[in-house]
Amino acid sequence: MSISNPTLQLVGIVKTFPGVRALDDVNFDVQPGEVHALLGENGAGKSTLMKVLAGMYQPDGGKIVIDGSPVVMRTPLEAKQSGVILIHQELSLAEEMTVAENVFLGELPKKRFGLVDWKTLHQRVYVILNKLNCDFEPTTPVDSLSIAKKQMVEIARALTHDAKVVIFDEPTASLTDQEKVVLFDVIRDLQADGVGIVYISHRMEEIFHLSNRISVLRDGTYRGTLMTAETNEDEVTQLMIGRSLSYERLHEHVETGDVALSVENLSCGKLYQDVSFEVRTGEVVGFYGLVGAGRTEIAETLFGLRKPTSGQIHLQGKAVDINSPVEAIQFGLSLVPENRKEQGLVLAMSCRDNMTLPQIDALTTGPFVSGTEELKIYNTYHDQLEIKTPSWRQPVQNLSGGNQQKIVIGKWLGMHPKVLIVDEPTRGIDVGSKSEIHNLLRKLAKSGYAVVVISSEMPEVLHVSDRIVAMYNGRVMREFTSDEVTEDNLIQAISGLSDNNLKVA
Amino acid sequence: MAAIEVGKEPASIDVKSLLARQGIFIAFVLFMIGFGIFSDKFLSPENLLTVLRQSAIIGVMAVGVTVVVLSGNLDLSVGSMLSFGTVMVVDLHDKLGATPAIGIMLIAVLVLGAVNGFLIGFLKLNSLIVTLGMLSAIQGLTLIYSGGKNVDVADQETTWFAIFGRGDILGVATPIVIFAVLAVIMHIVMSRTPYGRRIYAVGGNATAAVFSGIRRNRVVFSTYLISAFCTGIAAIILGSRVMGSQNNVGQGYELLVLAGVILGGTSLLGGSGNILKTVLGVLILGFIQNGLLLLGFPYFAQWIVTWVVIILAVWLDVAAKRGRLLSPIA
Repeated sequence: MSISNPTLQLVGIVKTFPGVRALDDVNFDVQPGEVHALLGENGAGKSTLMKVLAGMYQPDGGKIVIDGSPVVMRTPLEAKQSGVILIHQELSLAEEMTVAENVFLGELPKKRFGLVDWKTLHQRVYVILNKLNCDFEPTTPVDSLSIAKKQMVEIARALTHDAKVVIFDEPTASLTDQEKVVLFDVIRDLQADGVGIVYISHRMEEIFHLSNRISVLRDGTYRGTLMTAETNEDEVTQLMIGRSLSYERLHEHVETGDVALSVENLSCGKLYQDVSFEVRTGEVVGFYGLVGAGRTEIAETLFGLRKPTSGQIHLQGKAVDINSPVEAIQFGLSLVPENRKEQGLVLAMSCRDNMTLPQIDALTTGPFVSGTEELKIYNTYHDQLEIKTPSWRQPVQNLSGGNQQKIVIGKWLGMHPKVLIVDEPTRGIDVGSKSEIHNLLRKLAKSGYAVVVISSEMPEVLHVSDRIVAMYNGRVMREFTSDEVTEDNLIQAISGLSDNNLKVA
Repeated sequence: MAAIEVGKEPASIDVKSLLARQGIFIAFVLFMIGFGIFSDKFLSPENLLTVLRQSAIIGVMAVGVTVVVLSGNLDLSVGSMLSFGTVMVVDLHDKLGATPAIGIMLIAVLVLGAVNGFLIGFLKLNSLIVTLGMLSAIQGLTLIYSGGKNVDVADQETTWFAIFGRGDILGVATPIVIFAVLAVIMHIVMSRTPYGRRIYAVGGNATAAVFSGIRRNRVVFSTYLISAFCTGIAAIILGSRVMGSQNNVGQGYELLVLAGVILGGTSLLGGSGNILKTVLGVLILGFIQNGLLLLGFPYFAQWIVTWVVIILAVWLDVAAKRGRLLSPIA
């Protein structure tokens, strides 16, 4: 493909949020009629970049050039009018309305007195749906459509304008194979019409199937662009994670102590069934599986947030009934939750206050909270975890993801738990802080905690765990020691490809 | 493009929010000066004390409502709860004597507060709906209790009950003293005790509070007891001052109280603000209303102005959060 004038060009885009530089000097361009794939790990800045493109965020630096002239897109509507259209990962349709109303939402054709011109509307939508080979009517209510068809409605929406660039954000995440074929046909049609396509996905085979070029982001920086025809998955992966896919495993041989937590045949309705495992002091047990495999739900049950329907939990040999987080904490169990900002932190509160929150009742002189006692605790874990913040007074919302996570971990270390459960320890955290947190988890295990790590990132699980519990669809499929586990058998286990399932098939 | 710049954005937002916050105080100062020019009585010590005394009832209620708002909820039932409490305490005064009247009335409003707290804290119903419903339910309760008749204290001259609304302590009108003492105590409770910290945590992020081992249900429940208690105290002051009560005496107070809380800058989303800010907000409101009266505006004009002031305060609050006055997206 010749490098003609790009339809869209991003030059030196910078975007910062409090405490985070989400995009740093990022370059990106789209040629007419090409599919340009954008890749990067979670938190690499893909979504931020797309939101800048779609007029939802204003860049702090750099410029956006469309057809050779710089533009400022203050709102999503302005972006649309300049021909840049984003097909969201989470579909954003008005479910109660008809297909036609959704397609022209905000820009319905009007008659005199501002009344909607239904006839024109339905005709125009009909033409577009035909072009997309859709088998539903303009008057069909959107909430009666499947996800794949809703996606078509989103795409139809893109075609109401003179689309120059269409951005697909993880478009195949919830599509069946057949539906994917239809989507890819539509993308090729758009390509043939000279529309530039930005395609964001984690799925390598799709990217190599569809794209002309591949650009990679890592930690908010631009890492380069490759011609799809001249590269391979390894090269792309290396660019993405900054190393090749061989993981050095952190765990040396550990002295494990007594069983700190043991779970027997635990079930919770349809969420997970018949789960049994043990965690000893001094070891890290990793839980790996797809989203929805039931891992977080098990953690929530252990922390008293869900009631199990059957089964038994033992803490240090004693059978316990855990009915609330308060009880879980009293039993010596702590949970660093999956979603730091929603579950882990009171964002507007200071670093110190967040860290001392669970034990605030103990840190008093008379009826009053003792600031000195609080600071003692804070300083201990601030130093131990090497938290970087200008002052304890800083609201945690101003900290980077890594430092926020350390505050949450510090909060629980102060309670001296026996069992520490960490759900997605490094989600949305940059690579540097990631390895710090990994080392920290190892160190904690060594110093006598029983640590459970739940993660959706295979390198992470392989990296920190002494043993790995593989889950699929609410069941434990297999337990691996660190010697047995390989990427292949782990993937097999979490995809449900064990002997059991083969028999069923 | 050094990494130092990364921390810059929150700082600049702080400056903007400071400006937006001060905007209302600047407006207030201009207001005071303006009123002072047009009415020579406005800035006289007698008038300032009058405003303080008149603000005390709303202020006492606002202290309680601030606690509720800090935990992330609303309490709109305080208006009719004030009517109920006042009618009850005045009615029981002649039947049982001042002390039992006060005791029974306080227990009764605490029960009403407990109903709010149970529905919102334990059943997790929306506080706007629950307390709006309670607002009219308690009004109904008041009318049933009184049979629709107004009540009076027969012997207004000799009862010691007069101290709360008409008396003074060391030369300062009792309502002002009660307001000040209550505000200081609650400010200390909120800023210095573990209980206060829990309320801020629940208001700032209820989920994270639960994940930190805080019993959200109980915390929310307790804030409605505090709010009801404060309203009960306000009912004593009002009953004592008037020595009688109409069934709808507290009508509209819920909005004035909320206006004071919002004007002070306590966030309706919870978790940010404090009692002393509310005291300031209530005083601002009192001075605006007093100034309007002195300038000869009809009494009902106050309601319109109060509404305008609330809207202005909410707008500035939201604008301060997003760092600009107008925005195409929230």
